[in-house]
Amino acid sequence: MSKFKKDSGGSAPAISTASLPDIVFMLLFFFMVTTVMKEQDVIVDVSKPEASAITKLQNKSLVDNIYIGVPMNAPAGSSPRIQTDDQLLNSAVQVQDFIKKKRPQRDPEDLDKVVTSLKVDKDTPMGIVTAVKQELRNVEALKINYSAVAKSKKTK
Amino acid sequence: MARKLEEINAGSMADIAFLLLIFFLVTTTMDSDEGIVRILPQATPPDWTPPPIPIHERDVFEINVNAQNLLLVEGEYIYMDQLEELTYDFLTNYNGKENLPAMITVNKQFCDSKIGEIRNTIATTQNMDETTRKFWESEIKYWESKREAVEVAGEFRTLPKMAVISLRNDNGTSYDTYVQVQDRIQSAINRLRNEWCRKVYGKDFTELREDIADDQEKIKIIRAIVPQNIIERQPKNLGRY
Repeated sequence: MSKFKKDSGGSAPAISTASLPDIVFMLLFFFMVTTVMKEQDVIVDVSKPEASAITKLQNKSLVDNIYIGVPMNAPAGSSPRIQTDDQLLNSAVQVQDFIKKKRPQRDPEDLDKVVTSLKVDKDTPMGIVTAVKQELRNVEALKINYSAVAKSKKTK
Repeated sequence: MARKLEEINAGSMADIAFLLLIFFLVTTTMDSDEGIVRILPQATPPDWTPPPIPIHERDVFEINVNAQNLLLVEGEYIYMDQLEELTYDFLTNYNGKENLPAMITVNKQFCDSKIGEIRNTIATTQNMDETTRKFWESEIKYWESKREAVEVAGEFRTLPKMAVISLRNDNGTSYDTYVQVQDRIQSAINRLRNEWCRKVYGKDFTELREDIADDQEKIKIIRAIVPQNIIERQPKNLGRY
């Protein structure tokens, strides 16, 4: 007899999930924007050495990568080779071409901030690394990074 | 008469979006590159020799690594684990040992007299070639940075200008060992820099970031107090490479 009708059904109305896709899409776009696609396939085997006093390279667009390691496919031989931009180099001198090719693509203001990251397999003998370093000096790409992975903390 | 359209069920839309999301999570890389940063020396003309500056043997910390990845430091065989401690001793020489560098005490007066001396040398030398002039100019910059540090941190004790960590490896040395050596050297330097940075700024040096303008100044000051002077000599070629 009351003025107010009692809710007829016992159950509350279902929460609308219509906006769920929007939320997920937003997440998706966030990830698409913040992450980078793998720019190149590494065709040499690189397992980085461990180190503890390492610093993070801040700006990824200002990093040139040079890989050194044993090629993964057998026909290319079993001695360490240098890889830049998807191809194996025949000699260290070609590193100069790689650096020179990268330079015009960058903002001239940033040129002195460019870091050449050497991603070298830990079993590589130093001879080949030294040759690459010499070529980098000749082409005045002086800032280099010996890429390493963080060592699990020592217990002291 | 048109039939009333039934609403399309959008419930699975979320699942599709999740699938896409997971796909992107898997295929993209978040890994940021990290490692030990080094500045290579400028390539000098082959016929150029630096102006003669006396170098004392005690100012050189000599590290040799052979093709068997064994270490010879200051004429003694050592294990890798000892290297950090030895480097730290070299950088500080708290006990004033004879075979380690004679530390200098830097204050404003000292810097000014050094700068004056160099200015004098430049002014009195005739027909100085370009490379040599650049060398002297970098010397002046060096002392000016020290003076700046004195203004912030007060008088401090530091390595003499010519004190260097001299590293020589063999062409057959494994890259792993080479990085280990660089890592231990860097650890020792960072340790000392952290001590100074905590004293002057109340936080660790390794926490400072080069992309923050405020920190850049601090990094400059700490670097002037604790210099990092590493030279690499021409590798030997006795190994199997």
